[in-house]
Amino acid sequence: MPATPMSKAEREPGNAHSQASRVFDLSVHSLRELNQALHKLTPGSNETAWEVLNPKGSHSVAVGVDQPVSIDVRGSVGYYCAGMNDGAAITVHGSAGPGVGENMMSGSIVIKGDASQYAGATGRGGLLVIEGNASSRCGISMKGIDIVVHGNIGHMSAFMAQSGNLVVLGDAGDALGDSIYEARLFVRGKVESLGADCIAKEMRPEHIELLQALLDKAGVTGVKASEFKRYGSARKLYNFNIDNADAY
Amino acid sequence: MTYRNPPTTPRKSATFDDYTLSEIRRAAATGIYDIRGAGAKRKLPHFDDLLFLGASISRYPLEGYRERCDTSVVLGSRHARKPIELKIPITIAGMSFGSLSGPAKEALGRGATLSGTSTTTGDGGMTEEERGHSKTLVYQYLPSRYGMNPRDLRRADAIEVVVGQGAKPGGGGMLLGQKISDRVAEMRTLPKGIDQRSASRHPDWTGPDDLEIKILELREITDWEKPIYVKVGGARPYYDTALAVKAGADVVVVDGMQGGTAATQEVFIENVGQPTLACIRPAVQALQDLGMHRKVQLIVSGGIRNGADVAKALALGVDAVSIGTAALVALGDNDPRWEADYNALGTTAGAYDDWHEGRDPAGITTQDPELMKRVDPIAAGRRLANYLKVMTLEAQTIARACGKNSLHNLEPEDLVALSIEAAAMAGVPLAGTSWIPGKNGF
Repeated sequence: MPATPMSKAEREPGNAHSQASRVFDLSVHSLRELNQALHKLTPGSNETAWEVLNPKGSHSVAVGVDQPVSIDVRGSVGYYCAGMNDGAAITVHGSAGPGVGENMMSGSIVIKGDASQYAGATGRGGLLVIEGNASSRCGISMKGIDIVVHGNIGHMSAFMAQSGNLVVLGDAGDALGDSIYEARLFVRGKVESLGADCIAKEMRPEHIELLQALLDKAGVTGVKASEFKRYGSARKLYNFNIDNADAY
Repeated sequence: MTYRNPPTTPRKSATFDDYTLSEIRRAAATGIYDIRGAGAKRKLPHFDDLLFLGASISRYPLEGYRERCDTSVVLGSRHARKPIELKIPITIAGMSFGSLSGPAKEALGRGATLSGTSTTTGDGGMTEEERGHSKTLVYQYLPSRYGMNPRDLRRADAIEVVVGQGAKPGGGGMLLGQKISDRVAEMRTLPKGIDQRSASRHPDWTGPDDLEIKILELREITDWEKPIYVKVGGARPYYDTALAVKAGADVVVVDGMQGGTAATQEVFIENVGQPTLACIRPAVQALQDLGMHRKVQLIVSGGIRNGADVAKALALGVDAVSIGTAALVALGDNDPRWEADYNALGTTAGAYDDWHEGRDPAGITTQDPELMKRVDPIAAGRRLANYLKVMTLEAQTIARACGKNSLHNLEPEDLVALSIEAAAMAGVPLAGTSWIPGKNGF
């Protein structure tokens, strides 16, 4: 994806105190320089807007950021983009490779394109929005994150999901929510199959309210919370019982 | 008068021995496999099957109380900006808060710090007790990712990516409901009282190529400061070591099947994985073949008990060893002073391994507030430090006798084996011969 035309400030990487965003061109600067510059940010820094050019599928772009800055990545990224994000608002203007937003603590991540496997894996907080589709194992082992996928998600999504909310406007693949704990899954389309101990659950008013708030937060319009079905744990595998052994 | 045939002595089967019979009865009564803690209990070729030769006409010894024998080791010098330096080559293995009580974790930290070595978190995140009391703390990065967060990653001194452990290569962690207190549940983001069966695979990578990218991410998050270890169970030590090196590890940790676990199926512990002795030479060979021996450090664990074991492991080419079970014993695990309590649980001091039940009379593998009071973290930490000191002195004693001014100068040439099996595994001659099974076509 071509980069957008650059302003004067943007043509001067490292222009630390300009009003415009600080631009980091990964075809010029190394990944390590980018991440270290982001980690040097302190509370109250006026470098609140960052732009990353030419990611060209780089791995680990903008990982471990812990300040509330905005980062626009112009292009597609490789593995673990925005990993362990803690407070930043990161937008990928392209698609994301495996493990985008893994173990996010807080903040937000928006993927304008599609996301590969393990999107939002083990995330503990914050909001991950995927405007395209997500591949398999979306929300695997999630621990409090909210994930909203505009398109479809692949198989084994929300495997061992512990906490948080996964919202899917499209369809879900096989074995959704296998061995799920307390996470809530909302799917608007078809679910290919449910995994072990995952069942359809009643949408009570509090779930409609929760879901509507998530849709609003994710900027989803023209879709009503009442169009979704809720899935969660039957809690039958929480304590081992030999009579349930066939479920595995 | 009737003639009675002389009776034969009742004969028990070697195949169906008492333990086996009891296990069949237990399985038939309960319908569930046996779960327990600790490592393999079966007899295995081990360090006891090796002997040092000592000095002779062609090798002269160092004076025991006068000449220096270095014990320090640097870990993580390959890529990390801040490698760690330990005074002794004996570290404390990863054991979780959850499987162990808070005071037990604190005692491990205290003992390790007094001894100038590191301790390691476990499958339950980092606690203030252990961070506060551990000068050098290795933070484990496990499949479950319980409690994982970037702040703890940055305040760790090293990161250990756990692929497997010796007691259960290919198995995930297990913490049963009895031990899930409010605090443990909160740290793991799970409801109180449920059985936690951790994943056996990492959620966001599979295979060596992904591991390389995962290690890159961890380095980027921590600005390339921290040494990154990769820990594997004793499955395929040659290839696992080579692949860990290829993936960018600073340190490879190989855990043999005698290495303990908090809770796993008995059948898994006793039947999957290789003995520690069998893992060392293949791992060292992999490093040598890659030209990375001593550049990427090798830590070996599983059944290390005394200074002789330390010296033998180092002589075979490892850079440091790690102890878990032995450290717990130093803290007070399986102490005969609690014999009456062990008896009440249907066992005896020295055999207690139902660590998953949370009723440990010694107060170590429990979350019971009353039982955990039995561990005084200061006194227990002191005992661990004493024990580490003894192990170090023992290893130095042997090294000096072999003429070495550093434990790391011990070498395979200093060793012979007492059995063909041990000779083959360790790659040293059978005692009294020049025969190394498997070498030179024999």
